[in-house]
This record gives sequence, C-alpha cells and structure tokens, in this order.
Amino acid sequence: MCGIAGLYTKLPALEAQLGAHLSRMLEQLSFRGPDSAGVAFYRDSAPEGWCKVSLYSAATNPDWDELAAELALAFGEVSLPHVRATHAVFVIDSDAERAQAWLSENHPELRLMSAGSSIEIYKQAGPPRDFIERFELEQMGGSHALGHTRMATESRVTTQHSHPFWTGLDLCLVHNGSLSNHNRLRRVLQREGIRFQTDNDSEVAAGYLTWRMREGATLEEALEGCMDDLDGFYTFAVGTADGFAVLRDPIACKPAVMAETDEWVAIASEYRAIAVLPGAEDAVLWEPEPGRVYSWGTAPVA
Amino acid sequence: MAAPDVTRDAIESFDLAADTVRELNRRLHDPAGPQRVRVLNPGGRHSIAVGLDGPREIEIEGHVGYYCAGMNKHATIRVRGNCGVGVAENMMSGAVIVEGSASQSAGATARGGLLVIHGDASARCGISLKGADIVVRGSVGHMSGFMAQKGAVVVCEDAGEALGDSLYEARLYVRRSVASLGADCVEKEMRAEHFEEVSALLARAEIDDADAADFRRFGSARNLYHFQVEHLGSY
Repeated sequence: MCGIAGLYTKLPALEAQLGAHLSRMLEQLSFRGPDSAGVAFYRDSAPEGWCKVSLYSAATNPDWDELAAELALAFGEVSLPHVRATHAVFVIDSDAERAQAWLSENHPELRLMSAGSSIEIYKQAGPPRDFIERFELEQMGGSHALGHTRMATESRVTTQHSHPFWTGLDLCLVHNGSLSNHNRLRRVLQREGIRFQTDNDSEVAAGYLTWRMREGATLEEALEGCMDDLDGFYTFAVGTADGFAVLRDPIACKPAVMAETDEWVAIASEYRAIAVLPGAEDAVLWEPEPGRVYSWGTAPVA
Repeated sequence: MAAPDVTRDAIESFDLAADTVRELNRRLHDPAGPQRVRVLNPGGRHSIAVGLDGPREIEIEGHVGYYCAGMNKHATIRVRGNCGVGVAENMMSGAVIVEGSASQSAGATARGGLLVIHGDASARCGISLKGADIVVRGSVGHMSGFMAQKGAVVVCEDAGEALGDSLYEARLYVRRSVASLGADCVEKEMRAEHFEEVSALLARAEIDDADAADFRRFGSARNLYHFQVEHLGSY
C-alpha cells in the first residue's frame, strides 16, 4: 500500500497555496505510507537555455555555497542555492545534460533528484508529517505538484528508495503497487544505457518510461507500453512540465480517485485526500478506468 | 391536532468533522442507542456504520471511504454520496442505498439484504456474493459477480469484461451490453420467475425507469465447479 496525491491548479491565485493543499492531502494518506514521503513541485521556470537541478546530500552539513562557486566556475552563471533540509536546488546557465554530466563526474557523492526547467523533487525516509515540516512544504507554491507516501514492499526504506522517481527532463513518476518483473526488466534497461540508483521496483518503471521516450515514444505511448511490458500492480501518476498523467493497470487492484472543479484537478489514492481541498464537496468525481491513460496539461501527452 | 411523536422521529446527528468514526460506531452498536442517526461530514473516512445489528435508520450526508456499512444486519443505511472500496461487504440483512457511485468490490461476500447503487459500481461488484441482492442503476466494472454463489445482481446499464467468471449459483441480470463473459458464465433464458425477480428487485430499489422485460440473464454453465467422474483423470 502507498498513497498518491496530485494537484493541478487552474487559477494563478491558487498557486501560492499549492504546498499547503498538497501537505493536507499527504497527511490524509500517511496511514497508507508511513515509511517515507516525497514530492515533485513544478514552479519558477528556469530562463531559456538554463536548467534547474535538485540535489540531495547525505552529509551532515553539505557546503552548498562552495558547490555554487564551483558551478559558477564551470558554467559562468548559477543561482544561489535554494536549500530545503537535505536538498538544494540550483538554476544553472547550462543545458541539463551538461550539468548532469559535470555533477556526476565532480560530485558523485551527491544524488541528482531531478533536472529540467521547472521540476523540483524532495523526498525523505520517515513519517510524512516529519517530511512536511522539515521541508516547509506548506510554504511552497507552484503550478502543480505530485506527492507520495510509501509503504515499502519490494525494497529498503531510504531516501533514495522513496518516490517520486525522476524519469527525464521535467518528468517524474509516483507508483502505488508492486512490480514482479523488475529485476529482469532492469537488466534489459541497463543494457540500453539506463542507469539506476537503487534496487527499487518503481524506479524500474521510471527507467522504462525514460527509455521509451528516449526511443521516440510520446508519454502516452510509453504509458500504454507499461501494460505489455510491466508485470504487476500499479496506479501510476506521471508529472510533466505542463500537468500530469495517470494510468491504472488493467486489473486495477490499486485505487485512484480523480476530481475536478473550476479551480483545480486532483488525483489521490482515496477520496479522503481530496475531501480536504477547497470546494471538494462540489467537485466532479470519478474513478479512472483501468488500462486508460488520463492526462492534464498539453504537451507532451498526445 | 396530536403532538408529533418526537421519540420516533428524533434524529441524532453525528458530525465526523468533530467526532471520530469509532465514537460513531460505538453509539450505533449501543442497544440503547438512537434509532435514527444522521452522519455529517463523512469526508471519505473508512468503516463508517459498520457492524450494525438492529433496525436502525442511518443517513450519511456525503462521500464515504472503504467498507461503509460492512456486516450490516437489519439496519437501513443511506449514503448521499459515493462509496470507496467494499461498501456493504458481508452484509447479512437490511438495506444499503448509495445515491452516488461505488468503488470496487461493492457487496463483496454479502449474505443477505439489499444493496442499491444509483450511480455506477466499478470492478468486482458482487464478488463472491453469498445470498444478498444488488441493484445497480448504472454500470458495473470488470470481473463483477466473480465466484458469486447465491443471490442476484441487477445491472441497469452495462457490464464490464469477464462478467460472472467462475460463477456458482448467483443470477446476473444486465439490461444493456456485456463486454465479455468470464469462464463458465453463459446467457440463459429469462423465464417468468426471472422477470418477476427483476421486477420485484427494481421495485424494492425504487427504480422505476427500467423495465424487467429489457434484461438478459446470465448464470453458471456448471462445468467448472461440478465434480464429474468422467473427468477424474484431469483433476
């Protein structure tokens, strides 16, 4: 069991409250996933030609200012580090591929949580409430966000094993369920050059989406491919620069509820996480059908 | 003019924005508790009004979470909203009326009583049904009636894939399309007693815009669960 929450704002006025609302949703899903929690926020797009990276350090007192100085030397311009607990976000005058390559060569001790233009990923092992407080989630704004509470079944409880998993520029995946062919599929994907940080099954699903889209598939095609190539149970929510997409496996053992008002669109594992949103009592509610891709926002979902 | 009978008509309200589900259920289980209860702000909480054992009338004003009205005996429980997984699971008697839609496994293993869903029910509606009756005004999802043993499921719109897979002796009635039949489920003739049964269930469900004459019946071909001596070698 795990909990999934996603919220997409239709009104700019709601953007400042995104973190407050997502926090309340995650609290409602804490009992579905007490082991760890994580979020992906889409906000403050980097300027054209720049990229934004989220980094995690396991060190006690990481010197983010020193890293900013190194990045400035390597790339010319870089933002001040935006530090949240164990994570820091940098906006760099570089494309994401070059920044990523430089980071993995010069700072292999740091974990790249996400890269893109607007995505920021934060996650932490431990109770969701601690995560919400330590990362000051309630103060975060943004256009849309996905969150996850994890009850581990397939692999260890660590920050790296937590969701969301970054799957490509401005893309991430959260998963409720379990995959049974992940070891075999991971080896196949590794031969295709996809790299993994953990032995987690959901990370393999994220790697699968990355690989399919690298090979030219749209997000929708990549998600439809999951139904042929992944063996197991899943409700997936995928964050994109413009919105999010949702897929449940055809057997649909794992729950999902979607809701829409004039002000927002939400997905959650259970209605109780939607009930805390403003105007929920008047929302249009439905259960996404098994084996069908749903999406909000425009590109890249066809 | 006679004074109104306040004892009979009194409705006790329970606000789940302030009180816990456990307090509510304890009150509903109390033999000396109120006969009529209105539950406010259910907020999708789980296990609301489970395990009742008396002819109570419960009205729930909003959407509920998992297992609402589970194990119900004698009580009439009305949900003015949608239900999460497993509404009225293992109901023994009484009635559960859902004005919205229900998630999967509605009426699972229910042994008696009536479950009415005015919206749709998703996957596995009436799974392992053991004697209750279920009437769905909308459609049901895939694997509905899976291994259902006894009772009836009346679906006024469509049924999803694998209807009645591994069915025993429950009767399934569908008014519109059936995406596919599950293993050992076959269409059967609607005889007089079946029209009567559907008519009676629609009437009990207070659904008056569907005509029993438009329903088809599905049941077990009885090839899967009967021991047949000529198949001895393949067991």
